[in-house]
Amino acid sequence: MSLRLRVFLLLVLATAVVWLSAVLWIETSTRAQVERVLDARLAEAARMVSSLVSDHRVELAAADGGAIPLPHPFRFGEGYSRQLSCQIWSLDGQLVGQSDGAPDGQLSTGDTEGWSDSVVDGEPWRVFSVVNADLGLRIMVGDSMAVRDGLVHDVIEGLVLPALILLPLLGGLIWLSVARGLAPLERLAAALAQRSPADLSPLPSGPLPREVRPVREALDGLFDRLSAARDVERDFTTYAAHELKTPLAGLRTQAQVARIAPDEATRDAALAAIETSVARTDRMVRQLLDLAEVERAEIVAAPCNPAALIAATLTDLQPLAARRGVTLRCEGPEEGSEQREWLTNGFLLATALRNVVENAVLASPEGGAVVILWSGHPGGGEITVRDSGPGIPEALRDRATDRFVRGAGGAPGGSGLGLSIVASAMERLNGTLRLDPGVPGQRVSLVLGEMRGT
Amino acid sequence: MRILVVEDDAILADGISVGLRLSGFTADPVETLADARAALEATAFDALVLDIMLPDGTGLTLLEEMRRAGSTLPVLLLSARDQVRDRVRGLDLGADDYLGKPFDLEELAARLRAMLRRRGGQPRAERQCNGLSVDPATLTGRMHGAELRFSRREFALLWALIEHPGTILSKPVLEERLYGWQEEIESNAVEVHIHKLRAKLGRGFIETVRGLGYRVPRQDGAAT
Repeated sequence: MSLRLRVFLLLVLATAVVWLSAVLWIETSTRAQVERVLDARLAEAARMVSSLVSDHRVELAAADGGAIPLPHPFRFGEGYSRQLSCQIWSLDGQLVGQSDGAPDGQLSTGDTEGWSDSVVDGEPWRVFSVVNADLGLRIMVGDSMAVRDGLVHDVIEGLVLPALILLPLLGGLIWLSVARGLAPLERLAAALAQRSPADLSPLPSGPLPREVRPVREALDGLFDRLSAARDVERDFTTYAAHELKTPLAGLRTQAQVARIAPDEATRDAALAAIETSVARTDRMVRQLLDLAEVERAEIVAAPCNPAALIAATLTDLQPLAARRGVTLRCEGPEEGSEQREWLTNGFLLATALRNVVENAVLASPEGGAVVILWSGHPGGGEITVRDSGPGIPEALRDRATDRFVRGAGGAPGGSGLGLSIVASAMERLNGTLRLDPGVPGQRVSLVLGEMRGT
Repeated sequence: MRILVVEDDAILADGISVGLRLSGFTADPVETLADARAALEATAFDALVLDIMLPDGTGLTLLEEMRRAGSTLPVLLLSARDQVRDRVRGLDLGADDYLGKPFDLEELAARLRAMLRRRGGQPRAERQCNGLSVDPATLTGRMHGAELRFSRREFALLWALIEHPGTILSKPVLEERLYGWQEEIESNAVEVHIHKLRAKLGRGFIETVRGLGYRVPRQDGAAT
């Protein structure tokens, strides 16, 4: 349901409830007033008849039982004429006289004086009785309830009828007011609807009601973040395209050189270059997959033996280290370190560690050493990898974990992805990656915090 | 024809350089924008092969600088992002041609030849001079109906001479056309190749101007 229709219906409903309550109130109070006034009139009329009879200004037939017609003195308007009826009964139950249009039945059967309600000939009456003890007569003056209802009905009708005629007009006014009140929202919606999906610029500025302003601010904030995310994505695509297509171009070019090479030496050089390029491209593809895997992996923590994890990583990388003439060793847990298992995600930690150690091996000169130290502490642990390479240049340290950033003249075959993978994995493990200059070389520490959500 | 190759990937740069040399060009690879600027100042190149993403910035910066400085050196851009938008940007900044990675070595050579031809106002790939017509794509020539084959160094020398008939080219200038920086210059290479060319084209085709260098006389023989 549209907001406009909703507000409209609510307003109409509220208005209707208020009106209905007013009508009920007025009906009740009008009825009470009418009854009070008419009851008083009844009593007055009955006493008047009684006094007229006592003064013998009205002659009553006594013996023959025939009712004498009484003049009708009580007229107060054409519409309500002949509704007030009077009967005079002897105390022994004989009808002595009655007014025109009075019902044939006895108006009140009770013996009491005063007001009473009764039904005569199927019609409800309000009756006032007076007993004239001197003449032995009972005088009853009654009002048909229908008259009273009619009166109240007329008042209510006079109230409701104009309201009914005005209702559509009021509805129209409410509809227009709601539309006007919601115009800022409509403008915002229109501005949003007109945008192309790629348009992430801020919404048009301008005065807005206080209630809508947070919406615009929140949307602008969202657009900002989206646009930043899109830029990062675009940069990543650009870099990935460059990093993947350049080696491909190298492969293709070298393959063509090998094909047209006029001599053995040129062909051999081209084939060697192809082999190197394939190895590098392989590492790059593996790291891209690692990065995707690290960012996608479900974080499930399990007990993990740090010594075993480090040993497995070293075994994996031993061939690479041997090829480059680099010594690779773990100096074990630091003294006083807790020996128990770590509650962490083994895959993420192993991926991070492998990339750090691989970087360290590639950065170390021939004959250099890569040393791993670790320590456990309550709720986490720390693994430090120390190499004997040139270290990360000062100028690069802040950007070292950005994707595709690599040192100029750094380790050959670097993709610039290694530390990005490590940083991403450590972030997901609620840990940190610490880069400290070693003496000499580079120290890289993986600091594990307590795992979240497990 | 001497080409400067600005490409930071060592294997690709090496492939391009070797490949271009095999196609009769002389190619010098550099890895960074800074090296490229230094090289352009030090040596007269005939064309520039420029990668866009380089360690110390984008190749487009260098291209803009060159064009602003009034250089008309033919530039061929290499880029991994083979998208229309990027191509348009590169060409608008003053590039003469554009190749997306990975590319075909022969296509690169052909595009370079086409660029150089356009610069020389020559619509045809072949070039005529004093009854000789040469085709840089195949390193062959034709004279008086006879088919001639040249080695790439012979061809580079011949091309330099017939590019400007009548102009005297000194031995160092010719050596620069023959060898990249990484190649060791053989002391009498120019003399050896001139000798071989004369054997194929006849003694009078290339004149020796004593103490100055070599030239190919103009067709009308007006040069003295």
